[in-house]
Amino acid sequence: MPVTQAVTGRAVARGASWLGVLAALICLSACGRAELEPAGPVSAAERKVLFDSLAIMLAIVIPVIVATLLIAFRFRASNTAAPYRPTFTHSGRIELIIWSIPALVIFFLGGLAWTSSFLLDPARPLPTRVKPLEVQVVSLDWKWLFIYPDRGVASVNRLVVPAGVPLHLRLTSASVWNVFWVPQLGSMLYCMHGMAGTLYLQADRPGVYQGRSAMINGDGFADMHFDTEAVATQDFERWVSTSQASGPTLDDAAYRALLRQSSNVTPYTYASVRPGLFDAIVMQELPPGEGPPRG
Amino acid sequence: MKDRPVGKLTWQALPLHEPIPLISGLSVFVLLIVLVVWVLLKGYGPYLWREWITSVDHKRIGVMYCLLGSLMLLRGFIDAIMMRAQQVMAFHAPGYLPPSHFDQIFSAHGTIMIFFVAMPFVVGLMNFAVPLQLGVRDVAFPTLNSVSFWLNAVGALLVNLSLVVGEFSRTGWLPYPPLSELRYSPGVGVDYYCWAIQLSGIGTLMTGVNFVTTILKLRAPGMNYSRMPMFCWTALASNLLIVAAFPILTATLAMLLLDRYLDFHFFTDVQGGNSMMFMNLIWAWGHPEVYILVLPAFGIYSEVTSTFSGKPLFGYRSMVIATMAICIISFMVWLHHFFTMGAGPEVNAVFGIASMIIAVPTGVKIFNWMFTMYGGRVRFSSMMLWVIGFMVSFVIGGLTGVLLAVPPADFQLHNSMFLVAHFHNTIIPGVVFALFAGYTYWFPKAFGFVLDERLGKWAFWLWLVGFWVAWAPGYVVGLEGMTRRLQHYDDPQWRPWLIVAGIGVLIILAGIVAQIAQLVVSIRTRETRRDRTGDPWDGRSLEWATASPPPIFNFAVLPNVTDHEPYWDIKQKALREMQLATTEPEYAPIEMPRNTPTGFITAVFATVTGFALIWHIGWLAILGLAGAYVTFVVFAWRDHAEFVIPSEEVARIDRSNREARAGYLRELAR
Repeated sequence: MPVTQAVTGRAVARGASWLGVLAALICLSACGRAELEPAGPVSAAERKVLFDSLAIMLAIVIPVIVATLLIAFRFRASNTAAPYRPTFTHSGRIELIIWSIPALVIFFLGGLAWTSSFLLDPARPLPTRVKPLEVQVVSLDWKWLFIYPDRGVASVNRLVVPAGVPLHLRLTSASVWNVFWVPQLGSMLYCMHGMAGTLYLQADRPGVYQGRSAMINGDGFADMHFDTEAVATQDFERWVSTSQASGPTLDDAAYRALLRQSSNVTPYTYASVRPGLFDAIVMQELPPGEGPPRG
Repeated sequence: MKDRPVGKLTWQALPLHEPIPLISGLSVFVLLIVLVVWVLLKGYGPYLWREWITSVDHKRIGVMYCLLGSLMLLRGFIDAIMMRAQQVMAFHAPGYLPPSHFDQIFSAHGTIMIFFVAMPFVVGLMNFAVPLQLGVRDVAFPTLNSVSFWLNAVGALLVNLSLVVGEFSRTGWLPYPPLSELRYSPGVGVDYYCWAIQLSGIGTLMTGVNFVTTILKLRAPGMNYSRMPMFCWTALASNLLIVAAFPILTATLAMLLLDRYLDFHFFTDVQGGNSMMFMNLIWAWGHPEVYILVLPAFGIYSEVTSTFSGKPLFGYRSMVIATMAICIISFMVWLHHFFTMGAGPEVNAVFGIASMIIAVPTGVKIFNWMFTMYGGRVRFSSMMLWVIGFMVSFVIGGLTGVLLAVPPADFQLHNSMFLVAHFHNTIIPGVVFALFAGYTYWFPKAFGFVLDERLGKWAFWLWLVGFWVAWAPGYVVGLEGMTRRLQHYDDPQWRPWLIVAGIGVLIILAGIVAQIAQLVVSIRTRETRRDRTGDPWDGRSLEWATASPPPIFNFAVLPNVTDHEPYWDIKQKALREMQLATTEPEYAPIEMPRNTPTGFITAVFATVTGFALIWHIGWLAILGLAGAYVTFVVFAWRDHAEFVIPSEEVARIDRSNREARAGYLRELAR
């Protein structure tokens, strides 16, 4: 019997080391991907918050894992060399310490959470002198509508932005809840019907960044993604003028057509947008999404 | 539609054109028929009716709860395999499940795993062990207990019925409006979800009332609060949470149902409705729910660690304080489920920090288990392996949980696979491992023989490795920007990880096969693995002071508790004095509650009502409700609620138990 217990004890230790290797592999492979490969100040700051929190916690979690395994192995029943202290059930000093350690960790982390919540509040304008570009985002069943109110154009399923310019996004939904998320740019935020959320993001360098809805919204969910194309400022202006030159008009009738459920819509642009469309959607002056056809 | 006597029900409700649900539904149906016929042919029917279906014995009800949980685990796990298979296949491809079906699968998976696996299993173990640990004969309201169980079974039945008749919800395990409103979910799926949860929720609430009363009011003489086993403390905390939180769930779903049935606008986001209210309300229940599950799990870990370390639990008072602290704080953190709603930095930061604070008492618990092992004689039984596997894995789940509690980090992790990996990392090692440990631990108490250890250890390693292979990739793809619930995807970096996750789920499958084999092998060789002493693990609390399986009345004479570990105390004293007790106790007749079919009949009517409401069949719903009410009235009018076991019978049963124990003691002393 003692032999099997020792074997099991060793098996526990061996299993744990495998887990360690696995965890290390994951960390290595995950570095340099998506939200860990930031393309803007918000996602960069959020990655820093993530890593700082992780470091603070690993400082306690790793010793706890190691200690758990060591203690279990050292005090295995077959190890008669280890002292048996069946009355060791209470120690004021130890209990003070074991309450203090997690409390201290949370003290540090709490501070981090408090300050970073304010610094990275989605609705807080980015600390830069460049005038932000206004973009109004409407989630529909199942496509994204991006309205550029200053330029009078709109785009479906493709968000074109100038690199290096902060974006002032206002988000709403025409139907069910959605989450607007471009991992490489940063914070996600809910799009809700009858409400407008505010989100500031920025792409630092040109590139194509995947964006998608992060909340289940029905059958078309998996296709509800879009490319965020960050381009140089002059290329952005060229895109705006090209869009203004041709394409349909987004008036109330065109918007009503968008309310019908459809997915996998190829990106296209509207040459002009009826002024105040976004506010009309938020204020529910226009009807909500139609939902599935009634049989 | 209103004029049809069968409401919305049509032949189209049957999946005649969809092979997957049709075949699986039919095979389950055939299997059930075969099972029923076999039971009747073998003549087991009357026995099952008398001893199990109508039983109000907390031990039998506990066993039935665990059985329900195990069966539903298989169902929920099939869903898991289907999802993993879909995500392995659906790279640049539609896979084999269309979105409408895939969405039902993940909704059913979550619903079943939380409401009909974790909940019944946790409640089942509490049912079985708490009255024994408290040294009493039953729970406070035995018939109510039976009704609770059967209402839970109704919920499970309705969810599974949706597989064949109609459809299940496609909105996830929590039906967020407006997606769950009639406009966007016109089918019966959400109705199936709501009525299944409403009916089983009533049962759960009654369980909460029952157990709070039992623990506060029924304890063996001398069993004061500071002597209660840790599992009883955690059960108390969990049931207090049930009593406080489940009414919120019921009210919230009732409002959603009013929206869907009677055109109210609580959560519609039009005409004054507000879906953010739903989000707040559902998580005001949902977050405590997490602790309703995990606190009893912590209790099980405490019992197992102390028993297999041969030491009392370290820092008992700290543990009690930590448990009750978690119980209270868990009500103050619900907003961390939607930091990304845009509530503003003050609100987010306050809720983020409150959520982190829960990590403090939880961390204390981990340290206390460590110090329980410290200076002990740790026996690496399969149960202890579950504990160590839990401690090592759960701290990582806790770590990722605290990461998610930092609002700006959550802005990048929310609703991603990282989040999904996090809660599987807490629920599987945190709750499910505890359920398996508790199942192995109390199995001999329930059935009189121990489970096979070798297969139990196989199951543990397969589950542990399978869990990490299945869910470590979840963290990775989450950080790579993969959202949850994707029916198909085009991102090549996710693919390898999803294949690894698919392999992981197969390893877990092997673990489940090992567990089934363990049960079968153990039953077949039960004669060689009998527990004749009632104390197979050298236990410390009162459930080991009676026979395995215990007599219907649990204890011939209620034990007199003088210590924090009553049975350990008795054994130490007996070892010192070399005998159990000098004189035989004075036996008295025992009054026990009569078995009653009330619970079962209520459940039949509840099923009818639920089904009728789902399909808008008015007359049938009224019939079902009337039937349930009549059942209640008949029960309330009963004349004979109890029967008496004469003292000679009590003495006869107890003497044989004492004889076995005395023999064991002699062996110990040798």
